[in-house]
Amino acid sequence: MLTDILQLLIYGVILGSVIALGAIGVSLIFGILRFAHFAHGDLMTAGAYFALFFMTATGASIWLAFPFAVLAAIAVALAFDRIVYRRLRRTRPVILLIASIGVAFILRNAVLAVWGPDITVYESGIKPPIRFAGLRIKEDQLAIIIGAVVLVVLLSLFLQRTRMGKAMRAMADDPDLARITGIDTDRVILWTWVIGAGLAAAGGVFLALDTRLQPTLGWDILLAIFAATILGGIGKPYGAIVGAMVVGISAELGAGLPGVFGADWSLTAYKPAITFALMIAMLLWRPQGLIGGRT
Amino acid sequence: MTLLMAEDLRGGYGGADILNGTTLRVGEGEIVVIVGPNGAGKSTAMKALVGLVTLRGGRITFGGEDVTGLRADQLAARRLCYVPQEKNVFPSLTVQENLEMGAFLRHDDFSARMDQIFELFPVLKERRKQAAGTMSGGQRQMVAIGRALMLEPRLLLLDEPTAGLSPKFTEMIFAKIVEINATGVAVLMVEQNARDALAIAHRGYVLVLGQNRFEDSGPALAANPEVAHMFLGG
Amino acid sequence: MLELVGTSLVYLLDPFVLAFAGIYAIMALGLNVQWGYTGQFNIGVAGFFAAGAYTSAILTTAAADNHLGGFALPIIVGLAGAVVVSGLLALLIGLITIRLREDYLAIASIGLAEIIRLTLKNEDWLSNGTRGVFAIPHPFQGMDASSRNLAFFLLVAAVLIVLYLLLERARRAPWGRVLRALRERETAAQAAGKNVDRFRLEAFVLGSAVMGLGGGLYAHFAGFISPEVFEPMFGTFIIWVMLIVGGAGNGKGAILGAFLIWWLYTFTTGLITLAPVKYATQLGALRVMLIGAVLIAILLWRPDGLLPESRDVGGEKKRKE
Repeated sequence: MLTDILQLLIYGVILGSVIALGAIGVSLIFGILRFAHFAHGDLMTAGAYFALFFMTATGASIWLAFPFAVLAAIAVALAFDRIVYRRLRRTRPVILLIASIGVAFILRNAVLAVWGPDITVYESGIKPPIRFAGLRIKEDQLAIIIGAVVLVVLLSLFLQRTRMGKAMRAMADDPDLARITGIDTDRVILWTWVIGAGLAAAGGVFLALDTRLQPTLGWDILLAIFAATILGGIGKPYGAIVGAMVVGISAELGAGLPGVFGADWSLTAYKPAITFALMIAMLLWRPQGLIGGRT
Repeated sequence: MTLLMAEDLRGGYGGADILNGTTLRVGEGEIVVIVGPNGAGKSTAMKALVGLVTLRGGRITFGGEDVTGLRADQLAARRLCYVPQEKNVFPSLTVQENLEMGAFLRHDDFSARMDQIFELFPVLKERRKQAAGTMSGGQRQMVAIGRALMLEPRLLLLDEPTAGLSPKFTEMIFAKIVEINATGVAVLMVEQNARDALAIAHRGYVLVLGQNRFEDSGPALAANPEVAHMFLGG
Repeated sequence: MLELVGTSLVYLLDPFVLAFAGIYAIMALGLNVQWGYTGQFNIGVAGFFAAGAYTSAILTTAAADNHLGGFALPIIVGLAGAVVVSGLLALLIGLITIRLREDYLAIASIGLAEIIRLTLKNEDWLSNGTRGVFAIPHPFQGMDASSRNLAFFLLVAAVLIVLYLLLERARRAPWGRVLRALRERETAAQAAGKNVDRFRLEAFVLGSAVMGLGGGLYAHFAGFISPEVFEPMFGTFIIWVMLIVGGAGNGKGAILGAFLIWWLYTFTTGLITLAPVKYATQLGALRVMLIGAVLIAILLWRPDGLLPESRDVGGEKKRKE
């Protein structure tokens, strides 16, 4: 039974890693650009499909396609910022939210139009999982966890050690003071999209690798991403990681525990509900998040 | 030598005007204080200088250049630095990082400057790695002023620097302002603590209902019975 | 080719199309009470839509062993039930979320709608799961197809007009003015007392009850419902686009937006059927992209919508132009 629970924990960490890559971006965008980016899930989808495109066009492996997917997603995000969000900078956050819903429609359906609704995979064939101590983990899943850790470390170095990283943290703290101080807010916004979209693309590729490719890939976990962001505190990228792990692990545990304890029913279909209940609880009890971001 | 000249300022937030023709002048190297009853428009006047309030009339020149309508970051580039009353530090950044952000517009090596600021505020040097949000009000104020000083401003704008501080910290902040001024930085300051502020000021303005009411040297204003009767002390 | 397009255009006035547009207009009116009157951003519209539809279906269908039912009550009871259930659901949800900032409420409401949809999808005993509920009675069952559609459209139109008038009355009444004050100057109104929450809750419940009615009408018109009908795109977002394009704040904008967007949608559907079948998915996707682009365009250039709420709300009309 302990092994079963540990196995669920592993799945939780994998899911949490993917959610984290999305939630960090949403948290930064929420903190710096001040709105809930509803197109973030679809940005992840776009990243996943860009990778597919590169692979089918050049025959490269997923790992070579990865940087291409990241760059393409960044370009798309910057384009939408230029065309849509930039003109709405001074409006209420809710207006930007609605605009991002429009962007989400466009992104998701562009993918649908080009690749169709059918489910695809990067590479077919089932690879046997690695087994240890009675637990299983697939090679790809291990790569996901390692990849996520590497990206987070790189992000951390950027935010803590570079001038632009500190400026981003400053602007997430207080955009008005940042402007008064003389920080180049346009450049910070550019880097916010670079990081947000880049991590989203990585998350999308990982998610597609772990599950499969379909046009609703990112949209389906958007709620989990928002839950993680809120749990971690808005504008707090590290909080978002913690929040993502909480969401991922509680979703997997919550769904799988009945089975572990011998029940023949499971809550798998209600995973979003567990996530959602967590988020609502956090919003009502401590809106600044577990770690304490902006409300 | 006049450094800052703001003439006939009119404006406010949205609807009604709070400023009704205020005029302020700061000479090079001076400490100038703006005092007045609540709602007189003191903070509004300062915010109008840095473009945080809608200006419907008036002209502002700094160092001979017309800077009417420029925003705080543009003014910072011209070495006119503003310290707001509240939310004046980045809470999740360390003291040192706050100062680094103050130097964002600089592209040279500013470590010497940072050392100077640590000499001015030794407490900050001890706590350079501490998150600014976890510091006391007085310490935060030092961080805020230090941040603005990183650009080596010619004029420092302080909005109620001693608001909410204990008498001990108030005294210390005023002493530091004098020290800063001694290095050649002009200071324009809005203060609620009128008596103590006027004591260190070269000149002062008393604003009432968005207009100039009195203007004189600091000590003269402090000694003026009408001013004293209005709101000083008691 | 042109005559085929022409036929598409004429088709827009077919009662079948108009009835759907009318139902969506009712949904938009409900959303307008929440967003237009009090600025509450509810992305969970689909949840109330579905709740209303399923309630009415369950109450009025004959006994079936694959879902809750067998009450075979008259349609009017079904509709009343739809209104009540949606209202109660809104009360429950509203009590939980009433204090949330508007963009948090948005996120929370999506989650709630998802839970409702998941429940409907998975609790087969209740709703027959993904297979849906069939044979929902139509109020004009006896007639032939085209008369039926016309009759139903007239019914929907009547409901729509009555609702519009009632809601307009409410908007101009003291109740509505308080709501508007809340929307404009939340902090000042908050200083006036805790009643802020009560008013917003009332508006939220009222709006959701209207959505429930729309859902009930939908069920009886379509005869068949399933969880897929209320998936976010058609259960929520299209209604949002309708309200934003038309203009929130007054009912006219909601109704205009509903008809315009539904016509756009139907017309493009018509165009798609003219094209070769292999392009159907792509064209369908392009259609949604078009809707997204329309939404963004309105936000950028006419953010208050095509028929924005006029400034004079006390009832006096200012003669400007």
